[in-house]
Amino acid sequence: MVAHGEIHVVHRGGNKINFRETVITNDSRFLLCASGESVKVYSSSSEECVHDLQGHTDLVSGIVRNPSNHLQVYSCSADGTVRLWDFTDGILIKTFIIGYPIYSIYISENHGGVVFVVVPMANDKSSELFQLVAVHLPLSGDQEVEARELSAVLCDVSPSGAASFGRKGEYIAAVKGLQLEVFFFKKQKSHRFFLKSGNKKGAKNAFTCVSCHPKEDCIATGHEDGKIRLWRNFNQKKEYTYSTLHWHHGAVNTLQFTPEGTNLLSGGIESVLVQWHYTQENQKDFLPRLGGAITHIAVSPDGSLFCTSHSDNKITIIQSCVKVSAIIQGLVKGEGVRTDLTIDPRSKALVLNGKPGHLQFYSLHRDKLLYNLDIVQQEYIHEEGLDQFEVVKAAFDTRGNWLATVEERTQKGSELEINLKLWAYDEQTQSFMLNTTVTAPHEDQITAMCFSPSPETTMLVTISFDGHFKAWLLADHSDTKEGACWSCDFVGGYHHLKPGCCCFSADGSLLAVGFQEVVTVWSPSWELLTTLSQPPGAIRDLCFGRLSCSKYLLGTSTKNQLCCWNLLTCSLEWSTPVDVSLLQADPLSENMAAFCSQSGCSDLFVFKPGEPRPLYSQKALCTGKVQRAVFAPRDQMLESCEEHAQWLNRSQLYFFTQHMDLMTFSTKTEEDRLLASSKRLMVDDSVAVTPFYLLLGKHRQQQEALTNPMAERIQLPQGSIAIKELLYTPAHVLPSASFLCSMFVRSLLISSSSASEEKEPVEEEMESEEEDSEGEAELRDARQDLGGSAAWGPGEELGAPALTKAQERELRRVKHFDHSWLSSVLEC
Amino acid sequence: MASFKSTKIPIYPKLGEKVTPDTLYWKNYKAPVQIKEFGAVTSIDFSSLAPHNYAVTASTRIHIYGPFSTEPVKTFTRFKDTAYSGKFRSDGQLLVAGCEDSMVRLFDVSGKVALRVFKGHTKGVHVTDFTSDCYHILTGSDDYTCRLWDIPNSTELTSYKEHTDYIRCGITSKLNRDIFITGSYDHTLRVFDARVEKSVMTMDHSQPVESVLLYPSEGLLVSAGGRYVKVWDLLKGGQPLVSLKNHHKTVTCLSLSSNGQRLLSASLDRHVKIYNTTNYKVVHNFDYAASILSLALAPDDESIVVGMTNGVLSIKHRKSPEEKREMAGKQRMQPVYRIFVKGRNYVPKKDDFLVSKPVKSHLAKYDKQLKKFNISKALDTALESWRRNRKPEITVAVMKELDRRGTLKNALAGRDEQNLSQLLNFLIGNVVDPRFTPVLVTATEMILDIYQAVVGQSSVVDRQLVRLQELVEREVDYQQDLLEVLGMLDTLFATVFCKCTHLYVYLNLCIQTGHKATIHFFGTPSNCLSLLMFL
Repeated sequence: MVAHGEIHVVHRGGNKINFRETVITNDSRFLLCASGESVKVYSSSSEECVHDLQGHTDLVSGIVRNPSNHLQVYSCSADGTVRLWDFTDGILIKTFIIGYPIYSIYISENHGGVVFVVVPMANDKSSELFQLVAVHLPLSGDQEVEARELSAVLCDVSPSGAASFGRKGEYIAAVKGLQLEVFFFKKQKSHRFFLKSGNKKGAKNAFTCVSCHPKEDCIATGHEDGKIRLWRNFNQKKEYTYSTLHWHHGAVNTLQFTPEGTNLLSGGIESVLVQWHYTQENQKDFLPRLGGAITHIAVSPDGSLFCTSHSDNKITIIQSCVKVSAIIQGLVKGEGVRTDLTIDPRSKALVLNGKPGHLQFYSLHRDKLLYNLDIVQQEYIHEEGLDQFEVVKAAFDTRGNWLATVEERTQKGSELEINLKLWAYDEQTQSFMLNTTVTAPHEDQITAMCFSPSPETTMLVTISFDGHFKAWLLADHSDTKEGACWSCDFVGGYHHLKPGCCCFSADGSLLAVGFQEVVTVWSPSWELLTTLSQPPGAIRDLCFGRLSCSKYLLGTSTKNQLCCWNLLTCSLEWSTPVDVSLLQADPLSENMAAFCSQSGCSDLFVFKPGEPRPLYSQKALCTGKVQRAVFAPRDQMLESCEEHAQWLNRSQLYFFTQHMDLMTFSTKTEEDRLLASSKRLMVDDSVAVTPFYLLLGKHRQQQEALTNPMAERIQLPQGSIAIKELLYTPAHVLPSASFLCSMFVRSLLISSSSASEEKEPVEEEMESEEEDSEGEAELRDARQDLGGSAAWGPGEELGAPALTKAQERELRRVKHFDHSWLSSVLEC
Repeated sequence: MASFKSTKIPIYPKLGEKVTPDTLYWKNYKAPVQIKEFGAVTSIDFSSLAPHNYAVTASTRIHIYGPFSTEPVKTFTRFKDTAYSGKFRSDGQLLVAGCEDSMVRLFDVSGKVALRVFKGHTKGVHVTDFTSDCYHILTGSDDYTCRLWDIPNSTELTSYKEHTDYIRCGITSKLNRDIFITGSYDHTLRVFDARVEKSVMTMDHSQPVESVLLYPSEGLLVSAGGRYVKVWDLLKGGQPLVSLKNHHKTVTCLSLSSNGQRLLSASLDRHVKIYNTTNYKVVHNFDYAASILSLALAPDDESIVVGMTNGVLSIKHRKSPEEKREMAGKQRMQPVYRIFVKGRNYVPKKDDFLVSKPVKSHLAKYDKQLKKFNISKALDTALESWRRNRKPEITVAVMKELDRRGTLKNALAGRDEQNLSQLLNFLIGNVVDPRFTPVLVTATEMILDIYQAVVGQSSVVDRQLVRLQELVEREVDYQQDLLEVLGMLDTLFATVFCKCTHLYVYLNLCIQTGHKATIHFFGTPSNCLSLLMFL
């Protein structure tokens, strides 16, 4: 293997958890949701991830409970397999290989041994046509089974979430476009109902979702114009009826009947969970302001728990529509991250904009959202086509005491609204408090901002397309009542050019601002020290070198240039023709990372400004341009002596690909360490593993050890494999119970001699280490003798207590009596 | 489930001065009491004795007023010409005054006729004072001399003829009976020691000196003359410490606040300025109707008395703490105490089962309507609040919120004549306010769009529309003027760019944001040029 192979790019956290409907277990203790290539099991009370069921090799596209065993679930994936899991222990039980990519899965308890999956039409792979097929799962003891027995049920269905089983599994209803299709299993016949496209008055009749009443013959369908239709009498082709419910003003995203069929739940873009009473349809309950648009609703089998998935990568757990009991929040990625990726210097969390108008603090080490900071502080109106405030910039000062945010709202035909907000860290509440709001700090978009790293002054520089850069200073008005607040200190410009980027040197003594082709360097007293220019191309990114390379200033231009200036001589040190899309400096070392885009792919170069050769380079990192990246400092320094991996020792490089996947670079040693730590974390209890739990658990163990020293010293012989085997052997092959009983009971007793005997092998081992190989061989012989006499094979060696003479005699008798059953047991 | 986020009412920065402890302190005075005297009030002096009467010298009389009386307690009228510088002795028993007829008269405060008349000066005496031992009198005169007199014998002790112009101010040391200081129109300040023949120290103020003042410690001396107030360090041999130029006309009078932390200066430019004595920055400013000649503060700053050239004596009394509280109480409606406290202070007992009640967050009326998406009602309630409290920022914030929700047009539509005229009234009142213009311009445009079909049906609405049009036209003219100013500034500043960058940028910002203060400051473009000359 090449040395470069040591470092590889891995997905790190932040998967979508709202891709498909969540599944609530029968006892309502766990939630299962598809998260990328794995299935995550969350505890519904503590919101912690209990298990991560890994095994699928592609996107997991659906989960259903196994109706015949309440401790098992089926999951399907685009890799063409259906897998059966035991979610309490996190074990993969079986894999059924279907062979086609699967887009969703349905199951009914009235159709035993059959799962219904949505696969692409076999004849044409590229087409967008999908069919619902029934798959008979073969009964076989093997781990991997090929299930090829497919029979088409419905053709032309939508790939996700638009089918539902009716009363007692007698029929299945599926919707697509303007058509509702109901397939009756008994008659093996389907009825189709069409709606008019209805363009007048903006009515959009297209179906979006469907749900069947569990007790009655009634199908509820949701529509794009916000209507819900309840279909009845649909087993006749002509005489069907429907009634309409209308509350939603946007499309109905999801519908779900409660298990008894008393209520119908619906959700849409308004982020309001509506509970319709089935019998009195004009009565409804609302649960408003749940967050992002509701995409899926799940109901627990006993109806006590609802679960809504939201478009902002969130799962809300609701107790029978009364109150929200828990929220599981994943990394919100949305359509695009508009803020740069930043690291909060205090919590070391990744900070980026998440929910509309919020900044999210995401812990990279724990793969968990820490909290959302409300920046805009305005009621978010869930409606399409509204221009609302968006957080577009965020910056921390070096100590994490101040956070600056810029929010923006563009409206058709009116001025751009910009607010600059400065937040002070409050030690008491452990959060950021709004200190100053500057409305309209600039006349045009703010393109970049940064805090001065110098410890004496607290200064922020913002640059904008209006041709100015402004310095904001924390002014102390101790004589007035208002306390410290920020005010503008300096406004600068350069020949009315538009500035694009800015950067402070590591000690805050220089500010570099790129005005199109010209880099201007300013002193803290706002004198223009020098201008640097290397046409052609506007400056895209600027970065000062750090530590030993602090005399260098690096800049990238739009016309494929990466330049390095020496600030002592004010001259160009070197330049190379690469198209750098992003330049990022490691705050803890001299290293710089440059992401270059080349023929549709991104390459990465890690280099020191003072050295001619790059430290590390990787071609074809991912497709598309890398727009956001950040160096996150490690909490523990890695000690890697590999030359190519040394740049990862202090901090880790995270980046977003074009498809908004959060990726990072990882080395082999690091993965080993992670694996080890995850093993340590593994707790067989189903209770969620929180750090608090671990702490408490450790404490408990210590306490137990203190209070009950006996328990530790005297090992009960229950761990013995021999006895286990005796217990797990089928009863019909065992000798009579009266015969085995006395021996069995005796073996469980703790003999007075066993304690002293136990110590002997340990001592022997101690000696054997000192002795040479000869001694060891002798010892092995002796042990074999012991094992042979006992005639229990390898079971004896693995820690079974030495048996007494009487027992041995007894056992020998057993051996004479019947030996064949035991040997067969031992073999398998 | 997140709770409803209420509409943010932006806090607009208050234009004008900032609220500091100083402004609070100096604003805490009642409306002034004004008393008309017979002529210009040249001198005011407080008695150090308990009721703190004060002597006011104006024209040919000296009136003594009680602390809260508007009628004089006592009047001395035995002057043949203009009286000057009525001063109490430190025990409050005697009063001395100079006169234009060159005689110095000594009165008993309770008597009427002069106890002593000191004759010797050849011209009007503008300065009189008692020495700290109470037995001597210092006088300064227009005959360029200053003299010391003995009270018991009514004889002249010494005469100093060092000044070369009128002596118009002087002060005796409160710590040493022999030291006194005089200031003269020959631009000098002289420190005399009665034990020596000549002055011991001379300082050059370089302006005719109008007033001198000693700090309580008597280490520092303050002099006023011309537009300048200067502070001298006597212990360093009369070294100048600071020179303050905050008035734009001659400074006529100086005074110290009771704790010695603030220095007050009064000037012919009708202002009284208050300085912090540690950094000599102006912390507050009083305006008066006429040029000020004299100023005095009662002990503990209980009242500020100012005499002006038009003969008006203005007295401001400090608000007593009870009055202050009364004012505050009037503004706020007191809640009925019993209702609000009922059961609040109940302490749960040991075995009680506590049922926690969710805290109900209070929403404003317009927010309640917004929560229910009742947009027209929300706008109505917001307008209501404007009518009642005159708080346009709430109404504007609600309009902005509706605009953000894309429903402002719906909210504005469908109004009858009364409702619409109310709305137009609001717009006329606030549309040119630079803080609200961006929001209100869109609202105005929408209203014109919606109601253009019904123009001419109601005379009330038509009249308001015409008013609105006039207002907008005037504002456009205004902005044009300001742009002219900006153009002039551009050319001028281009020559002296580096020096004035900051000011330029500030002015630029002011003009862009339509800073009212700046507009008033400039008035017309020609005024602006005079400003530049001044710079």
